[in-house]
Amino acid sequence: MHIVDGVLSTDVVVTGAVIAVGGIAYGLRGITIENMPRTALLSAVFFVASLIHVPIGPTSIHLIMNGLLGLILGWAAFPAVFIALLLQAVFFGFGGITVLGVNTVNMALPAVLVGLIFSPFLARVDGRIMAVAAFAAGASSIMLSAVMVGLSLALSGQEFLATAKLVFINNIPIMVVEGFLTAAAFSLIKKVRPALLLSGASSRATA
Amino acid sequence: MTKNSILTPAGKLTAGNRTDKLDPRVRITATIILAITVVSFASWQAVTATIILALFMMAFSEPDWRKSLHRILAMDGFIVATLILLPFTYPGDVMFTLWGFDASWQGLYRAVMIALKANAVMCGIIAFLGNMSSTELGRGMTGLYLPIKLTTLMMFTVRYIDVLHHEYLRLRQSMRARAFRLKTSRHSWKMIGYLVGMLLVRAHERSERIIWAMKCRGFHGHYHFARLPRLSRRDFLFGLAMLAVWAALITLEVLCPPMI
Repeated sequence: MHIVDGVLSTDVVVTGAVIAVGGIAYGLRGITIENMPRTALLSAVFFVASLIHVPIGPTSIHLIMNGLLGLILGWAAFPAVFIALLLQAVFFGFGGITVLGVNTVNMALPAVLVGLIFSPFLARVDGRIMAVAAFAAGASSIMLSAVMVGLSLALSGQEFLATAKLVFINNIPIMVVEGFLTAAAFSLIKKVRPALLLSGASSRATA
Repeated sequence: MTKNSILTPAGKLTAGNRTDKLDPRVRITATIILAITVVSFASWQAVTATIILALFMMAFSEPDWRKSLHRILAMDGFIVATLILLPFTYPGDVMFTLWGFDASWQGLYRAVMIALKANAVMCGIIAFLGNMSSTELGRGMTGLYLPIKLTTLMMFTVRYIDVLHHEYLRLRQSMRARAFRLKTSRHSWKMIGYLVGMLLVRAHERSERIIWAMKCRGFHGHYHFARLPRLSRRDFLFGLAMLAVWAALITLEVLCPPMI
């Protein structure tokens, strides 16, 4: 779901960069000495997760897990995503330089939104309802990301409208897979280490 | 760096090649300026000149050619997937018709331009940042007045990506020992979900041990980079050369009107 350099119009690139800078600044404010290693470790987990390829029929996809990222990190998802994309650009040459801002917003904003919407609800429920809600969180963050990627393409020119639709259709199976994955990962974390889920919200309160 | 570490630069880390002696601040700035310039070019002459220049720079920085080529090809496969529809959706003179859809010359031109721009940026990254270690990148970012919290977070992340990748490989091996094979099934997805969840739980545990260990050693919020030396004559010369090239490219862009 990356967009490469040279595709987007200047307006979209600049808007993306401005939103990204705002999000990163706000995300960094919540990071203290106490939770710095934790944020870094969790960002690293999501980087490693993006190296995992899951087969879907004849092809395979790599995980994004931005729903879970938002549920666990909250606003810190912005710096986490930015760092992951920067490292990818510098060490793998993947992605681009001028589109870093847009790509960050496309991945991180859905994560933050999903975190804000689903976290309070997921903390209260249990069992089957929780699994369904976690599935919805994982799937909707991918859907939102796909919509935002499509929107950035479509806003850059009418000729990208077909590509934007294709991106959305391509992402429907990914949505389902990520939903199941998020549900499984979330229920495991809630059983084994519920403190991990509280930490995102409480760190801001105590910061 | 260990052999199976994932974040390895494309170039050799040994000193001796030309770009390696430049200040990281200068290299980062040069990459950003190159990327912004080439992306905003509209005439094909300027874009072609930039990609030739980027390739030249790349050769100058003596990268690991096999690895670089591998990365560029992977990226190009991705670019083709993004741009394949463009000739069909861009209005213009018909080039050929496929299943009732017209492909236009103008659309093809735009697709080729975008591909060239993306490749130019990529070659620029390999040339200027390719043989940069993560420490140098962090030093350069701090030197360019990026928030110290962000660079500290990045340095930590770089370190932990390797640690957690090893952990991931270990877990996958133990799954394989229990005859787990990845398939397109709900069971597979659930197991991978548990794997990610377990990684997160272990990372959380590790982070608690780390923060205590670091506090014992007087950590107070940021990473200490060795101070960057003042820009040397070499850096100024490089900067001047880049400015001259940059001016030449912009002149070329102004002189050559865009085709569409």
